[in-house]
Amino acid sequence: MNFRLIFFLLWLPLVSFAQGFAGLGSGSEGFELPETNPMFQFPFDDGSHPDFRVEWWYLTANLQGDDGQDYGLQWTLFRTALSPKDYEGWSSPQLWMGHAAVTTPDAHFVTERLSRGGIGQAGVDIDPFEAWIDEWIFSGLHSNAVLRAAGPNFAYEMALSATGPRVLHGAGGYSVKSADGQASYYFSQPFLKIKGTLQLPLGDVDVTGDAWLDHEWSSKPLGANQIGWDWFSLSFDDGFKLMGFLLRGDSVFTQATLIGEDGTPVAYPDGAFSAKPIKQSKVAGRDVPTTWRVMLPDAGIDIVVTALNTQSWMDTSVPYWEGPVRFTGSHTGRGYLEMTGYE
Amino acid sequence: MIAVTFAALLSHWRRNPLQLFTLLAGLALATGLWSGVQAINAEARASYDGAAATLGEAQFDRLVRSDGRAIGQDTYIRLRRAGWLVSPVIEGRIGDVRLIGLDPLTVPGKMAPIGLRNINDLQNFIGADGGIIAAPDVVWDGARTDLAVAPGTAIADVRTVQKLLGRHGEFDVLIIIPEQPLGQVSLEKIAPDLTRQVAQSGSDIGRLTDSFHLNLTAFGFLSFAVGIFIVQSAVGLAFEQRRGTVRTLRALGVPMRFLFLLTVVELLGLALIAGAIGVGLGYLIAGFLMPDVSATLRGLYGADVAGTLQLRPIWWVSGMAVAMGGTAVAASAALWRLSQMPLLAGAQPRAVAVIAGRGAKVQAAASAVLLFVAFVLALTADEIVTGFVLLGALLIGAALGLPIVLRSVLDGLVHHSRGVVAGWFWADTRQQLPGLSLALMALLLAMAANVGVSTMVSSFRLTFVAFLDQRLSSELYVTVESPEQAAYMLDFVTPQVDAVLPIMSAQLHVAGRPTEVFGARNHATYRDNWTFLTEGQSPWKDVHENLAILINEQLARSAGLQVGDVVNMGEKPLTIAGVYADYGNPIGQAIITESLFKTLFPKILALRFGLRLPPEDVDALVDGLEFEMELPESGMINQASIKAYSLAIFDRTFTVTTALNVLTLSVAGFAILMSLLTLTVMRVPQLAPVWAMGLTLRQLGLLELVRTVMLAVLTGVIALPLGLALAWVLLAVVNVAAFGWRLPMFLFPWDYAQLGVLAILAAGLAALWPAVQLARTRPADLLKVFSSEL
Repeated sequence: MNFRLIFFLLWLPLVSFAQGFAGLGSGSEGFELPETNPMFQFPFDDGSHPDFRVEWWYLTANLQGDDGQDYGLQWTLFRTALSPKDYEGWSSPQLWMGHAAVTTPDAHFVTERLSRGGIGQAGVDIDPFEAWIDEWIFSGLHSNAVLRAAGPNFAYEMALSATGPRVLHGAGGYSVKSADGQASYYFSQPFLKIKGTLQLPLGDVDVTGDAWLDHEWSSKPLGANQIGWDWFSLSFDDGFKLMGFLLRGDSVFTQATLIGEDGTPVAYPDGAFSAKPIKQSKVAGRDVPTTWRVMLPDAGIDIVVTALNTQSWMDTSVPYWEGPVRFTGSHTGRGYLEMTGYE
Repeated sequence: MIAVTFAALLSHWRRNPLQLFTLLAGLALATGLWSGVQAINAEARASYDGAAATLGEAQFDRLVRSDGRAIGQDTYIRLRRAGWLVSPVIEGRIGDVRLIGLDPLTVPGKMAPIGLRNINDLQNFIGADGGIIAAPDVVWDGARTDLAVAPGTAIADVRTVQKLLGRHGEFDVLIIIPEQPLGQVSLEKIAPDLTRQVAQSGSDIGRLTDSFHLNLTAFGFLSFAVGIFIVQSAVGLAFEQRRGTVRTLRALGVPMRFLFLLTVVELLGLALIAGAIGVGLGYLIAGFLMPDVSATLRGLYGADVAGTLQLRPIWWVSGMAVAMGGTAVAASAALWRLSQMPLLAGAQPRAVAVIAGRGAKVQAAASAVLLFVAFVLALTADEIVTGFVLLGALLIGAALGLPIVLRSVLDGLVHHSRGVVAGWFWADTRQQLPGLSLALMALLLAMAANVGVSTMVSSFRLTFVAFLDQRLSSELYVTVESPEQAAYMLDFVTPQVDAVLPIMSAQLHVAGRPTEVFGARNHATYRDNWTFLTEGQSPWKDVHENLAILINEQLARSAGLQVGDVVNMGEKPLTIAGVYADYGNPIGQAIITESLFKTLFPKILALRFGLRLPPEDVDALVDGLEFEMELPESGMINQASIKAYSLAIFDRTFTVTTALNVLTLSVAGFAILMSLLTLTVMRVPQLAPVWAMGLTLRQLGLLELVRTVMLAVLTGVIALPLGLALAWVLLAVVNVAAFGWRLPMFLFPWDYAQLGVLAILAAGLAALWPAVQLARTRPADLLKVFSSEL
């Protein structure tokens, strides 16, 4: 999942956008940078990489309730480092942020957590896998996984299991983010079956559906002039999946991965994928496109993507839009949309 | 014409600079007293607000360990991982600086340290070098200064403060964020040794120091009332003295409306000048008193007031409003009279007494109604607001009633006087009463306030000294850091002392109120020194048989408990055997016996001890503990030095009170001077016949002096009961409403006598100059009075 934000760098939204969204375009002194032809080692690379400045484990899910209604769910753990390396105790330069959300057609519940690294309040263990912040956890990763989060007015507890392999984006997991060559390490697990219970103000809802996990890390993922992005993760009813994003700035930069039923990825270069806003909605006092025309002509894809709830606004330290979508056109299906940098 | 007329009006001041001075001085003094008191109040309050905002202590519930010890990092993490959104705080002192450590990532927004606006700020704050943000009055090398930090305080990251205090992995308090997530595990399961302290509507510190502010606010209102009286006198004088000029101008053809407007402009200008001088004066008064006020509050309650005074718009505005508003109120009557004056009638000042007739009845009725309201409120008032209404009704009612009482006293004296001179003297005094009554009211209020406030402060002192004797009955108090150290220390001291009294407490709820429960050892120290407000047959005996509990007045009042009631301590029902006074403590407190305490709170071990030993052996024991036990000196408190320190603080409170007393009396004296100067001008026609009949000017001057002193004495006689009533309202109504405890009232006749002498002295001094002037009146001036009769 793309340049999913390291909102981190500032939780007070006074970021200079000249330096990219949430400071993601600013310097990377002393940190490692992604290199081409990565050789990932698992489970090691499911864990955290403190020598890189930013990293996230990002899970979204399209759910159907036993009440017949569509729901969306988000569980995200972000890591950012004030300086490279990690230490035990309060002197750790690592900072953690958790976002959790549940979207219904007419409501969007969201909550946030912040934590220091080094003291056990938040972190990622690799064997067995467990990512946590406070009482929120994501454990197990591919099989018998458990996902839990709670806010003042909602909570969820889910069980997950994978039905397919990890998928590497870009060139073997080296995902380019701008014409200047900024890049990140990026892979996904888009084949997760999920079921569990949503605890909502109107009562508990049992849900089942499909989830998509992204793990991405870098030290300088954005170009200095890139101000935000629009990111799509789409699951086609015929079994294919598509990850595509466009980075907005002086010019538009796009990338996409088309994923076969067996998990085989096909990466598309800048320009192959396109997304154009069709309809804007007033969200949190700003205009945000909530209906898109998404095209990947090389694969015969031409669809209209519509938000389940146009008000899926993440009112967090660094605010953005993130919510479930449906699409029709050359193909039909469900997915998730993330939009940042709309002022 | 405007310029010429205005110049003519103003020329009066050029010819009579002394009158200009008295007008300006009167206005400025009134404004100064008001804004001085306001400045002290505003300054202290602003400091508390800053402190409260920084610490947020009052706003959030907190978790602390029941035994008062540090909370470990593992407990914090366990709570967070069980869904408890808490934020760690560590506190300590380095030198004079109170150091607070916070975690900026979990701290609730309102408490967040100041100005972490971007990643660099955060990096500096939590980074390796640990940035420190300090209050402006804190000297700390390399610290960033921020006004929002409480005085005397510095804020840093938890890690920085842990390092500075050498307390790795420890916290003192966990702040509970107001919005907690669903599905939280219960506190008992996660951290049974922690107790939740509920946020209070006002901070403890704030509530306590408000007690002191209440006095100052009362003083503020009073100084305002006294100030209005002087302004009235000063403006009235200026008008009386200029009647001649006004008549001449009107005779020359200047329209009345025009003169009226010019006078308003003139007064406005004068009020502006005097008001500005007054605010400056108030600043000086406050600046002069401030170090003491600051020291008083800090010492009494541990609240910090920055010692420096800052100009705050609010008391500039309020000071100017007093000057302008006071002038407007005082001048409106005079202007009304001016506009109603027949064209040629202005040359002879009218006897003020003429207007007194009908007004007196209205005044008497108003006074009666107000005193009745005060009486009803005295029986029913139970809130601060009603307490203040009671104060106001009492004071204004009494002030309005004063001329009526004085008049009837003088009526009696006229009837019973023998001899011509005595008869004339009393009748003439009665005749002058209306002109003097405003000044006498000011004197009455000033004296009553002084009696009231002195009574309150002195009662507070006596009570507090007795309270110290009761509470600090052990000669030496020792605090250790661990149970092991405690055992070691006890082995060392036990052979050297008469008795060891462990001090242990736990926080819990008694009768639904947050209460600190103490376990007391069975020892004569308690039986001999404790006094109760109300008690059963044998309170200590019952307590030590584990049947009874002692509670403080605050708990008794807030939970509506009294001796004989039963409360539950854990599962055990205990009868209340006594209620004791616990001055200055905002929360409930209770005492049970040591054995019961140990049964109920087995985990809480005493770390503080009171040691009984002959006072002369204290120093040697302190030395022994320092060298043998390596206990830090800060862990030992010598009872004698605490008492001396507490009393020194009270003596500073007295300095402030005395200074304000002297100021109010001077202002009242000034009001008398103004009134007499006003009257002197009118006196000549009244005195000329008496002079002509044989009384010498010297005798007349002396009689004038005697008259004023006599009126001051009469006023003083009325002021005494009024002042005592005022004290009663402050101690038994306002204090109970504000703080939940009633102060016993003591009487201080010697203090009142001194105050009386001071007041008479002020009145006499004020009367001296007009009397001397009278004695020096040229016979020719007196003769002129008869010129038209020839």
